[in-house]
Amino acid sequence: MYGTSRYRNKMAKATIILHSGDLDKIYSALIIGNGALAMGMGCSIYFTFWGLQRLRKGKLSGGPLSKMNLLGLGALLVKQRMKKANVASLERLMKDYRELGGKVIACEMTMEIMGLKRKDLDESLITEYGAVGTYINEARYSDITLFI
Amino acid sequence: MADLTVDCVNQTCPIPLVETRKAIIAAKKGQTIEIIGTHPASKKEIPMAAEAMKLKLLKITENNGVWHITLQK
Repeated sequence: MYGTSRYRNKMAKATIILHSGDLDKIYSALIIGNGALAMGMGCSIYFTFWGLQRLRKGKLSGGPLSKMNLLGLGALLVKQRMKKANVASLERLMKDYRELGGKVIACEMTMEIMGLKRKDLDESLITEYGAVGTYINEARYSDITLFI
Repeated sequence: MADLTVDCVNQTCPIPLVETRKAIIAAKKGQTIEIIGTHPASKKEIPMAAEAMKLKLLKITENNGVWHITLQK
């Protein structure tokens, strides 16, 4: 890897917490993650709470679109607009993210709260399982850290 | 003629950056990569990424909204 971190002997890195499960927020997280990787940094995204629901089998795309939902019409409209603007699908963004070495971390505490087992999640998307200690340990040496 | 070509015409953020990064990974040291695209922000950002990764920017041209960027690994 190329980027120079402000932390000595560490690769430049972005660490993102994805707390929201809203469609627009997961787009943001994956676009920023891909951007970081494309510009020579490392990246980890921690999927927690509503964000973790997106790692359930078949749940990556679809579902509510944040505040603009309008009984589902908002999501449909924005999806149509995104298609027209040739925005990549979440599946494509996730595939690129993993291909460029991005890490997907599933929050184990959320799994306990929500009663989710590893078999409920799409394990092919997940790099590792962790809790707050894993996040802090990465974030303390990250040049960018975001809560989405 | 570049060693590798990346066609990102009509692709939007972040695909031109992502596809450029894949080509940079695939290229051997000294090889050249030509990226062709239409997304205006990527024309500015691909050179930024190249600088961050210490790649040489050889050429940028633009004609009728289509830009060509050539990098060397």
